[in-house]
Amino acid sequence: MWQTLTRWYHQWGSPRYFFQYSGVLLPWLWPLAVLTLVVGVVWGLAFAPADYQQGNSYRIIFIHVPAASAALLGYIAMGVAGLVGLVWRMKMADIMIKAIAPFGAVLAAIALITGAIWGKPTWGTYWVWDARLTSMLLMLFLYLGVFALMNAIPDPRQAGRAASLLSVVGVINVVIVKYSVEWWQSLHQGSTLKVVGESAMPSEMLAPLLISMLGIYLFFACTVLMRARTEIMVRERKSQWLREVLR
Amino acid sequence: MHFESFEAFLQMGKHGAYVWSAYGISFVLVGLNVALAVRAQRQAKEDVKRFARREMADANKS
Repeated sequence: MWQTLTRWYHQWGSPRYFFQYSGVLLPWLWPLAVLTLVVGVVWGLAFAPADYQQGNSYRIIFIHVPAASAALLGYIAMGVAGLVGLVWRMKMADIMIKAIAPFGAVLAAIALITGAIWGKPTWGTYWVWDARLTSMLLMLFLYLGVFALMNAIPDPRQAGRAASLLSVVGVINVVIVKYSVEWWQSLHQGSTLKVVGESAMPSEMLAPLLISMLGIYLFFACTVLMRARTEIMVRERKSQWLREVLR
Repeated sequence: MHFESFEAFLQMGKHGAYVWSAYGISFVLVGLNVALAVRAQRQAKEDVKRFARREMADANKS
């Protein structure tokens, strides 16, 4: 098990191996991601029952929760890549950070915007400065900060180190976002999904939500692989192997 | 199907404007993001090829 993991780590840590196998994976992963997302969202919008308190406005959940949870997971992934980059100076780690940040920022923005739109009919306001909303806004800024560092510093190694540091430190905020609704009084409702124990949702609503979440995760993975491939092409443009693969 | 008609589906009770604007904005943001990523990838691929061609030309000259 451990040997497989280390071999895997070294293989995918090589830009050449990564480029080759992500290229094999993506033509399958893209359609799968889009299909899963469409099934989940259409099911949630048109087929799931209405909520007995919130009516149909709750259908925003099928984009809001998947986007928010993918933004959190993406940030954790970025933090892990940052740690790997700082400790082992791995090339691919910096590339992964650069690949994760843009779509992570988009997902955080979607979570905030759809949440605000949902808040109006449900709470009577678009925005409150409570712990959940504020920490999520901070997450958007952290993503944008990592993105900016990666693109503003001309030397890729320095850019990688600065962005890695911000990625690692920002993971603390993921914990704050996650538990903010339990630690502080908040307008935001508690978690709908629970890893352990029963979820606070009937299965006719839960099924499309879980499918949408899976769809967003896959979609996120596709954009990350794609951006990582782009970055490999930029950094390895003088390499002979890349020219041969692209020919 | 939860809704009785397509109009009811669009109206979402009285929450149509909220639900559809949330999905619309999300769709646009995701679409823009993917479009930018596709463009960057195409650009990078072109650059690799151009770089290779130029090196080839330089090698032939000398």
